[in-house]
Amino acid sequence: MRSWQTLSRPLRRYPVRPPDSGIARRKSIWERIHLDPWLLGLLLLLMGGGLLVLYSASGQRIDTVIAQAIRFGVAIAVMVVIAQLSPSTFLRWAPLAYGLGLAMLLAVEIAGDVGMGAKRWLEIPGVIRFQPSEMMKLAVPLMVAAYLNRCQLPPRFKHIFVCAVIIGLPVVLTAIQPDLGTSLLVASAAVIVVLLAGLSWRLIGLIAALIAAGLPVLWMNMHNYQRQRVLTFLDPDSDPLGSGWNIIQSTTAIGSGGLWGKGWLEGTQSQLEFLPERHTDFIIAVLGEEFGLVGMLVLLSLYVMIVGRGLWLATSAQDTFGRLFAGSIILTFFIYVFVNVGMVSGILPVVGVPLPLVSYGGTSSVTLLAGFGILMSIHAHRRLLPR
Amino acid sequence: MPKRRDTLKNPEQELRIFRVRALLAVLVVVVLTGLLTGRLAYLQIVQHDLYSTRSEKNRVRVEPLPPNRGLIYDRNGVLLAENRPTYNLTLVRERVDDLDETLALLVELLDLPEDDIEAFNVRSRQRQRPFQPALLMSDLSEDQIARLAVNRHRLPGVEVEAQLLRYYPDAEMMAHSLGYVGRINAEEMQTLDAGRYAGTHFIGKTGIERFYETELHGQAGLRKVETNARGRVLRELGRTDPVPGENLTLTLDKSMQMLAYELLDGRRGSIVAIVPGTGEILAMVSTPGFDSNQFVTGIDVASYRGLQENIDLPLFNRAIRGHYPPGSTIKPFLALAGLVEGVITPDSTINDPGFYQLPNDSRRYRNWLRWGHGRVDMERSIAVSNNTYYYTLAHDLGIDNLHEQMTNFGFGQRVAHDVQGESTGLMPSRDWKRARFNQPWYPGETLSVGIGQGYWQVTPLQLASATATLANRGHWVKPRLALAIGEEPLALDLPDTLPDIQLDNDNWWDRVFSGMEKVISGNEGTARRTGVGLEYRMGGKSGTAQVFSLGQDQRYNAAELEERLRDHALFMAFAPIDDPQIAVSVIVENAGGGSTHAAHLARAMTDAWILRDDAPDVEEVKEVLEEDTANVEGN
Repeated sequence: MRSWQTLSRPLRRYPVRPPDSGIARRKSIWERIHLDPWLLGLLLLLMGGGLLVLYSASGQRIDTVIAQAIRFGVAIAVMVVIAQLSPSTFLRWAPLAYGLGLAMLLAVEIAGDVGMGAKRWLEIPGVIRFQPSEMMKLAVPLMVAAYLNRCQLPPRFKHIFVCAVIIGLPVVLTAIQPDLGTSLLVASAAVIVVLLAGLSWRLIGLIAALIAAGLPVLWMNMHNYQRQRVLTFLDPDSDPLGSGWNIIQSTTAIGSGGLWGKGWLEGTQSQLEFLPERHTDFIIAVLGEEFGLVGMLVLLSLYVMIVGRGLWLATSAQDTFGRLFAGSIILTFFIYVFVNVGMVSGILPVVGVPLPLVSYGGTSSVTLLAGFGILMSIHAHRRLLPR
Repeated sequence: MPKRRDTLKNPEQELRIFRVRALLAVLVVVVLTGLLTGRLAYLQIVQHDLYSTRSEKNRVRVEPLPPNRGLIYDRNGVLLAENRPTYNLTLVRERVDDLDETLALLVELLDLPEDDIEAFNVRSRQRQRPFQPALLMSDLSEDQIARLAVNRHRLPGVEVEAQLLRYYPDAEMMAHSLGYVGRINAEEMQTLDAGRYAGTHFIGKTGIERFYETELHGQAGLRKVETNARGRVLRELGRTDPVPGENLTLTLDKSMQMLAYELLDGRRGSIVAIVPGTGEILAMVSTPGFDSNQFVTGIDVASYRGLQENIDLPLFNRAIRGHYPPGSTIKPFLALAGLVEGVITPDSTINDPGFYQLPNDSRRYRNWLRWGHGRVDMERSIAVSNNTYYYTLAHDLGIDNLHEQMTNFGFGQRVAHDVQGESTGLMPSRDWKRARFNQPWYPGETLSVGIGQGYWQVTPLQLASATATLANRGHWVKPRLALAIGEEPLALDLPDTLPDIQLDNDNWWDRVFSGMEKVISGNEGTARRTGVGLEYRMGGKSGTAQVFSLGQDQRYNAAELEERLRDHALFMAFAPIDDPQIAVSVIVENAGGGSTHAAHLARAMTDAWILRDDAPDVEEVKEVLEEDTANVEGN
């Protein structure tokens, strides 16, 4: 049954520099700077559109847009720099990044800064203030991919168990901050790696059953406001002025947009501040109100194209680590989009997930573009070996 | 990490697995995107009309504009109740970055009490929607406002809101008559017209504030505004202005009210003064008073308990709810009843041996003077306050006639037009006794009633009102507190006024007045010391009421018990006799005989009203009173 195993030979470790021989074809400018023009173009289009929407959503405050543009600039710079690194660097750094992230999550738990009722921030006064859980969105799948890269795939039960520990620790630490949304995103990013690695369908079924069984336990351990969110999701009209407010206002904004929308800067829901968190998590409702279904479909198409291109790049990666990690990055990106749009349009409960590269916010843009940087690095650093 | 690398890897196999999984992922992405598209199409195409309407409704809001409450003036235009701007601190939770930090800063800046923070927490939980401000602290001082202004940049979401709050400049002495406003409670909310009271937080709870609530309140206006979810108004689309409440001019005279309050000097008692010809209540004081301003924003539990448990009952409005046996003050009315019923004439006399005996009864009903006043006619009976004359008169009248005649003077019923919470007092009758005790009326009880004792209970307002009617020669004018509502004077003739009292001979009024004048000015008069130096003709009648508990649980020590067992001093008077301008009733609890204590106070009131600036001041009155009290006790 496993006869192929005997035939397989160990892969050589990175880096394997392409022999700089004359046979090598001439590299394009994009290959030289290790960027993928298609992906880059789509991302810039998305960010540009996002700034347009943000201008409207922020109450036409140009300084907010400028701040966001600067963040985008920084994020793009990060992406470009990361894209220059060889994938082997990530592989080497995986345990370090993961360990550091875990340590910082513990530090948050012990000495974190409480903001908005949850400990999420770690601050070195005067220097930097950031959310370690944000970094874990990349570090955890990275670690899992690195681990699985050393294993024989498809993973066996032993490997799954180790992965579960690697994923479980940071997820639990994030969940008790409490930041259920981020912890679920971290978990899903890592789980995607395992799924892509070829987790057997039987195990998938078993885990799904376990999760279903674990839901009541999760419910018991949720904070009241988290439970309220779920309940309100199930029936927003039960508390129209309380926690159902967000959902009612956002669906009203989207619904009133119609096919073509009310026009840029003309959305009454958005411009009159009926819409909560309109320039962060709920920004797509502004788009839906002002640009209608057409605008929404354009945005969704952009996302789908990005995901499509990303998956293509992942598939064309040359080794398992690259494929798994790249696949996880791009599919997680889609999950963000799906969860955010689903939540704002009222088919998912309200969890604090921003719309990638459109919502106002610094950390998430940097993380996202760092992810794309990795994706491009994996794609661009190909060994010019015959397959 | 596994210690040993798995060496058995198959890149082809792994790539194959990945491709299958990636293909599945594409499928999932397509399905989920389709789901989102479907949802969006449903919202934006199918449900578009519904949400369009909803969003239209959303941005236009109707906001109430509460009217300014009418002001209250005394008869001379002195302001008695005003609306003062006060500043409240509110906080919008959604706009505060760090609530604990903000609260800590506010505590530091304003000495924000812990209670306020707790109340704020309760309020902010009860808010109806996000971005609604919740009250954090009320009635900020200018100093506090300034400190907030300086630190404004550190306090996002914290705002100072202006609000008009009722204020009573002379709260202590006006509290009972004016009443006060307070926050609308849940019960009142049920019965109120929501439209009229939209945006109003206060309502008249007692007194004038309550009786003229409709007029004082006015009518709420509306404005249609385009707002954002923070309640910030962006644009006004249309408005109906509120109709402010009517200003009220009262019949009360602040200086008379103050005089009465000072005369009572913190003792338990009441003074009511009425202009007989018009029914205008010049003064209506119940002491001790209380600071009604405390009730406007809501009195704290400790202070309220303090007022409630005070044995002097400061919250109790004695002037309209205090039940006192009238004692001898009602003798002129009984004489008039005798004249109306033809039982006596002004000249008919009795011989007083010092007591009265019912036929076939050995019990002696005593005159206050043991050896009797000898031959007594009507005028003398009033002047010397002879009991035997009135035992005889009451017996001859019978309880039925007596009850009817006294009812005509307003006893046993509410007499005033616009006095909130007035009590009826008690005018006993056969029917009443049957209903109350299921007992027949005994002839001896008629005799008690004849000298203003027994079951008979009057309020100070009733006594003043009856005195005014008497001074009016039987013509009834309903006592009132309002002189004018807005620009509209209150009509002299008010509905449900009692019928006038007719005598066969109009001169008989003068005979009764003459008897009352002798009380003060006659050499036999019970209150003759009060008449010293009188510059006008004054009629009056003293009364001494045996102590009657006000029906409260009273616990006091021995010294207080003794003080509180002393008789109540009563006096009723009017002046000048030829052209009555003021009728007064005075009740001072546990002050002993009415002929001394209460009579001086009544004189001070008539002096002040008739002589105006030439009247002796409070200190002089008190001096005379002290001297006189010492003399009486020396006897």
